[in-house]
Formats: sequence, C-alpha cells, structure tokens
Amino acid sequence: MEHLDPSLVDWSRAQFALTALYHWIFVPLTLGLTFIVAIMESIYVKTGDEWWKNTTKFWMGLLAINFAIGLATGIIMEFEFGTNWSNYSWIVGDIFGAPLAIEGLMAFFMESTFFAIMFFGWEKVSKRAHLLSTWLVAVGSNLSALWILVANGWMQHPVGMHFNPDTARNEMTDFWAILFNPNAYSKFLHTISGGYVLAALFVIAISSWYLLKKRNIQFARRSIMVAASFGLIVSLFNVTTGDDSARQVAQHQPVKLAAMEGLYDGKPGAEIVAFGILNPNKKINDTQDPFLFKLAIPYGLSVLSYHKLDAYVPGLKQLVYGDKEKQIMSAQGKMDRGTKAVTALTNYKKAKASKDKLAQAAALKAFDADSAYLGYGYLKAPEEVIPPVATTFYAFHTMVIFGSWFILLFMIILYLTMTNELHTKRWALWAGVLSLPMGYAAQEAGWITAEVGRQPWAIQDMLPVGMATSNISSGSVMITFWMFAVLFTALLIAEVSIMTTQIKIGPKEAKHV
Amino acid sequence: MFETLSYLTLQEYWWFLVGLLGALFVFMTFVQGGQTLLWTLGKTEIQRDLIVNTLGRKWELTFTALVMFGGALFAAFPLFYATSFGGAYYVWMAILFCFIIQAVAYEYRKKPNNVFGEKTYEVFLFINGSLGIVLIGTALGTLFTGGHFVVNDMHLSHWTVPSYGLEAALVFFNVAFGFMLFFLSRLLAALYFINAVDQAEIIDRARTVLKYETWIFLILFVYVIANILLMQGYNYDPVSKVVTLESMKYLHNFMAMPLVAGLAVIGTLLLIWGVILALFFKSDKGIWPAGSGVVMVVLSLFLILGYNHTAFYPSLSDIQSSLTIENSSGSKYTLTAMSYVSLLVPFVLGYIIVVWRIMNREKITETEVKNDPHHY
Repeated sequence: MEHLDPSLVDWSRAQFALTALYHWIFVPLTLGLTFIVAIMESIYVKTGDEWWKNTTKFWMGLLAINFAIGLATGIIMEFEFGTNWSNYSWIVGDIFGAPLAIEGLMAFFMESTFFAIMFFGWEKVSKRAHLLSTWLVAVGSNLSALWILVANGWMQHPVGMHFNPDTARNEMTDFWAILFNPNAYSKFLHTISGGYVLAALFVIAISSWYLLKKRNIQFARRSIMVAASFGLIVSLFNVTTGDDSARQVAQHQPVKLAAMEGLYDGKPGAEIVAFGILNPNKKINDTQDPFLFKLAIPYGLSVLSYHKLDAYVPGLKQLVYGDKEKQIMSAQGKMDRGTKAVTALTNYKKAKASKDKLAQAAALKAFDADSAYLGYGYLKAPEEVIPPVATTFYAFHTMVIFGSWFILLFMIILYLTMTNELHTKRWALWAGVLSLPMGYAAQEAGWITAEVGRQPWAIQDMLPVGMATSNISSGSVMITFWMFAVLFTALLIAEVSIMTTQIKIGPKEAKHV
Repeated sequence: MFETLSYLTLQEYWWFLVGLLGALFVFMTFVQGGQTLLWTLGKTEIQRDLIVNTLGRKWELTFTALVMFGGALFAAFPLFYATSFGGAYYVWMAILFCFIIQAVAYEYRKKPNNVFGEKTYEVFLFINGSLGIVLIGTALGTLFTGGHFVVNDMHLSHWTVPSYGLEAALVFFNVAFGFMLFFLSRLLAALYFINAVDQAEIIDRARTVLKYETWIFLILFVYVIANILLMQGYNYDPVSKVVTLESMKYLHNFMAMPLVAGLAVIGTLLLIWGVILALFFKSDKGIWPAGSGVVMVVLSLFLILGYNHTAFYPSLSDIQSSLTIENSSGSKYTLTAMSYVSLLVPFVLGYIIVVWRIMNREKITETEVKNDPHHY
C-alpha cells in the first residue's frame, strides 16, 4: 500500500466536508419536522378539526422544500465513498457497505413510497391511512439516520471485524456487535434529538415572526405550543445523550476528547472549560498556557468522561508521547509496531506469490502480533495523531453553549405561551427568531467536532485518511469540488428564497370546528 | 438458512439481487423518459403541469432504486464499487450531477421566487432524463467492453488513463447502449402516460412517440444485442481464476443457461407486446407487459455478465485485474448476514405495489392537478 499525494487527500477531504456540511443543513430539520408534522396531523385526525389539517399542510409544504434538497445533497454522500474514497471502500467496505445497503432497503424505500401518499394522497386514502403514511415517513427518515449512524459509529469505534491478510481488508465477523455498538447508539440518539431540537427551533422561529408581524396569531400560538413542548423534552433528552456520547469519546477516542477540551496535560479531577480562548501559538511540546482566557468548572471533565470527581483524564502530551505510569503507549510506539505489521503484510504477500509456505506462516505470525497497530504504520510522525485542536475545541464549545441556550429558550417560550403573554414579549419573540441560525450552527458544529476530531483517521486507530482516498489526480477532485460548491450554493440560495417566500405567504387559515 | 450455502452460491445470489435492482431501476427510468417528453407531449402549461405531477409521484422511487443499486453494489461487491466509482470518476460525477439537479427540480419548479425560473428547472429535468440516462447506459456498456484499471496485490485499484472514464464515450457500443436506454425510457414513459393520465391530447401524442421511436429503439436494441452475442468476453478458469478472452462468450453464456436465454426472449416479446397493445389495441395496459419485459431482459443481461465464470468488469489495462463476482465480493459472513436482510425485499416490493395501486387507482386529470395545493 502506498501513501497518496497530500494535496489529493486534502481536496478529497474538502469535497467530502463540503458535501457533508451542505447535506447536514437540511437533514436535521427533516428528521425533526417529520415528527412535528405527524404530531399535528394526529391532533387533526383525533379532533377532526380542519384547522389542524391546514396547519399540518403548511409545515408539510416547508418540509417538502427542505426534503428535496436534502435528497439532492444526500445521493452524493453515498457515491463519494466510491468516487473519492475507493481505497476505503475496499479496505472497510465489507463492513461499512452493509449498513448503507440496509438503510436503502429499510428506510429509503419506506420514505419515498409513503412520501407520495403524504403529499398527494389527502383525497386518495382515508384519514387514518394518510396519518399512517405520515408517521411512516417520519419513522423512515429516522431509520435512515439509524443505519448511517451505525456506519459512522463504527468509524469512530470499530468493532466486530478482523483484518484478512489474504484480501488485505477488514472483514465483518459479528454483525450484532456492529449493530449494537454503543458508540453508534449514543451518536444516533444524540444526532436525532439534535435534529428534533432544530425542528422545534424552526417552528418557533417562524411562528415568532408571525407574532412579531401580528399575523396568523392563532396558527403561530398553537404551533409554538407544540414546538416548545416538543423542543423542551427533546433538548433535555439531548443533554443525556450528549453525556453518553462524551463518555464514549473518552473511552474510545481520548485524543479527540483532549482536543475538544484543549487539554494538553492530563490530570486527575480535570476541569471542563465552559468558555475559553485558545492560545494560537501553543505547541504540544512547549510550556505555554494553552489558553489566553478561560472559564472552567472544576472536576467537570472527569465527571463528564468517567462520572468520577477524581478520574484521570489524559492530555495530548500523554497520548502522543506516552505515559508509563498510566500505561499509555506513545504514538511512536504504536507507529513502530504498525511499521512491523506493514512489513509483515508485505512479506506475507511476497511469500504467498512465491508459494513459500514456511515464509508465509512466519510472516503471518509476525503480522498477527502487531496487526492491531497496522494503521499507525502509515503515519509519518507521532504528532500526526493530533486533530486540529482549535477547530475541534471551538466547534464543541459552540455546540454546547448553543445547546444550553436552547433549553432555556424552550422553557421561557413555553412558560410565556402557557401564561398567554408571549405575543406581548417582543424580546422573547426576537429570541425565538434569532435562535434559528444558532440551531443550524450548533448542528454543523456537532458534526465538525465528530469528524474533524477523528482526524487523521478515517477509521479510528485503523485507517488514516491518507490511505483511504481514491488514487486519482488531485486536479480532478479540485474541479468537482468547485462544481459542487457552485451548484450547492446556487441550490441553497434557491431553497432559502422559496422557503422565505412560502413563509411570507403563510398558512391557509381555517375556522375551528 | 443462508449459512449452509456455499460462498459462490451467495455471490451468485447477490449478483442476482444487484441485477434485479438494476433491472427495476431501468424500468423506473420511465420517469426520466417522461421528463424528456415534457415539451413534446405538453403543449400548454396545464399539460406540462399534468406531466410533471404524474412523474412527480414516482420520481423518488427511481431515485431510491438508483441509491439502492449503489448500496447493494457497495455491500456485496465492494471491489467493483471502489474500482469503477473511484476510477471512472468523471463519468460517475457527471451522472451524480444529473441526479442532484433532478431532486430539486420537481419541488422548486412552480414555487414563487425560485431564483432561476420555471424553465431552468424544466431544463434540469431534461438534462437528467437525457444526459443522465445516456451516461448511465454508457457506464453499463463498459461492463461488456471494459475499463482502463489495474488492481494490485492489496486489492487496491486505480485508473490508468487520465480521462478517468470519459474514454468510455469513444466506444461506439457504449454510446449506442446509452442511447438505447434513452429511447427505452421514452417508450416506457409514453406507455406510462397512456396508463396514468386522463388527457386525450397527451395520450395521442404519447402514441405518436411510440409509433416512431419504437423503431429507433429497436434498431439500437438489435445492434446492441447482436454485438453482445458476437463480441469477445472475458472468461475465468474456476480453479486457477486466470482470465482469458473467449469469442462469443455471452452467446455461450446464453446457451449454457437456457433459462436466462428464455428470460431474455420472453422479456423482449413482452416489451414489443406492450407497445402493440398501446398502438393497435388502444389499450392503456401496455406499460405492464412492457415493464415486466424490460425487467426480464435487463436481468438476463446482468446474469450473462456475472454468471458462468464471466468477468463482469473486464480490465483493458491488465486482463488479470478483471473483476468477477468471486474476486470482488464481500466476505462470506457479510453476504450471509446481508442475505437475511434481503428477506425484506418481498415485503418492500409488496408495500410499493400497494401504494402504487392506491395512487394510480384513478387517472390523473387536469382538474386534480389544478386543485391540489401541493402540486409541482
């Protein structure tokens, strides 16, 4: 195996990041809004009140605009694993391909089939059959998230496989271990609950704007009531799933955790930084303070990571250079063993080609001894294991700070709605409107934390991105990167324009029964 | 249940499923064909709206079938996924661009302030239906004619020419295959409109399309099939796995698998029968025999590509790098696990059929489109 051109790797990363970031503008809203729409339609079916039907149809219309562009950006994601990460597709495709295929069979068909009834079947099926279709679209879109996060969870914490030296790839040995990978479930629950929070913010923002404009008052109040109740419940749930997700990171991706917290020196009873400004000149092996300014909560990181006040949390120094006392192997130590594994694999292939059984057995034995570190054999320097600290740190803190604000916002909005004061509190309505971009920022920040924090690995500790790309010219990827950038930006502009116009037009109001 | 099957049987089972998905996708390209007929059949705004809304209730199924086809290839034959997608880069990227613009076109076309105007989105639909399908056909043609790639001893592949797949467009057979699919999609679309729409002018024009374009399709079809039967194919030895050229390999495959040959013949007859029903018996049911026929013919082509010790993706740069269902598949464990998941296929097909019947119980009319607040 050869290491590929660094500029190719960077362009491939850039293209995938661009696609993922655009895709993730639309998906969380779909995940949550399908449920909000299903809840509203359930109220309609239960009460028979046409007003709820019109309300459902309005939000469904906005969902459709968002859904279309989500599909457009989504199809690229699947095929980019082949076009831009073809080595990855072979080396881990035996494991990674399965959840993607299951996603298509179990989720995409359900979504696309019942989507037709949901949008065009109001007059073609009974009320209950239509409601069932709406719920199936919601379930289908969330099932889709489940399978893609099973795949992504496996990339963060690979389980249930072994490396087959004959095929030079990782092969699945335990489907259930992959399916029930705890990392996948914490990611799934945290991701979908984040999507629900965004959908609640979306409904609140638009409804608040109507109240500020003193129009569609009843529609806005009722929509806010549903969204704020839903938002408060799911945002609290989001905290618990975030806590679980952080513990998974602490256990399986300690370097990512250290980067998320700007923690260079490990210690027991580690504090958590609530807000901080990193020192941009800080290097891993100097003595400068990592922070120019910080507000920290004592013991917070130990509690978050291990649920213990005095738990030891390793820092970047320990994780890169090792700590014998804490039994942490250095990255250099892992690289040495990885190099041995790479050499043994090459020798095994040569011995196999020359049909030398003895040499084959010897090479295989040597490979088995160090195969767990194979991926490290392709790194050039120990410091490569550190992800971009500033990006990871600021993304993580943006997500947490905004996420905390949303809980408070939902509480305030819900209280003011229940006391019938919301329409008189313009500051609260503006807060509702302005929180929507924060919701999108939090979503993107969450994914940046997860994916940038995993660098340099495509598969944690197993496959560096430098080994995973397609062996094509970087110029080709650069061309398609810019084509995607222009196309997606143009489509985003159209989407925002259509969406805001539909919001301005507003819902068709109907009298209550 | 699946654990008792041999590795080869599982590989053949998955190649069958991939072929079936590919065949269903080709049937569903009537959506793309319909998009290219938008201005041919729709002379007024309401007629064009009717066409777009008729297709708009099905486009996501076609889209999903394509995604599923890709997903199944990734899971079951990852080396093909890695080699073709990562090598014939420009072709696949161009195909993806054609599908990106389709995904937004239906929803955004009639919406106020859609920035680019209704016509632009209609052009998007046309590009998807024409260039997208011709490119897919060209890419499928390379399964017979091969690609310029090599696979090393670590099973990592790369393309050996800098055109990254665009060179496939210089092979006449590949392009003919692409145009054959293009005209097939238009025939199927015309049959689908006759079946699903209640608008006399559109149906009349659809019959005119059938009347003339069936001949174009048949000429291309005969050319492609004759070439397939007469061309050299890539055979591999089941024991040594050495790949060699064999003259008239695909004809031999048909002869070695008479059931597959029967599938191709019956499929072709059903396709022609569907057109005859629509043209000469003025029936609106032609889409069903024609659609079934298309599925059967495409499936049979996939089966002669992958079965009977045939390399389904020949390498023009290094014949021994050619991909077979044996050297490019997932592990036995993965294929077994995935086979259990595949038991869901009849269930999925079942609810698709039920929903299809519900949505198509009554023909779509201009009035319905006018009165539907969510119309495209």
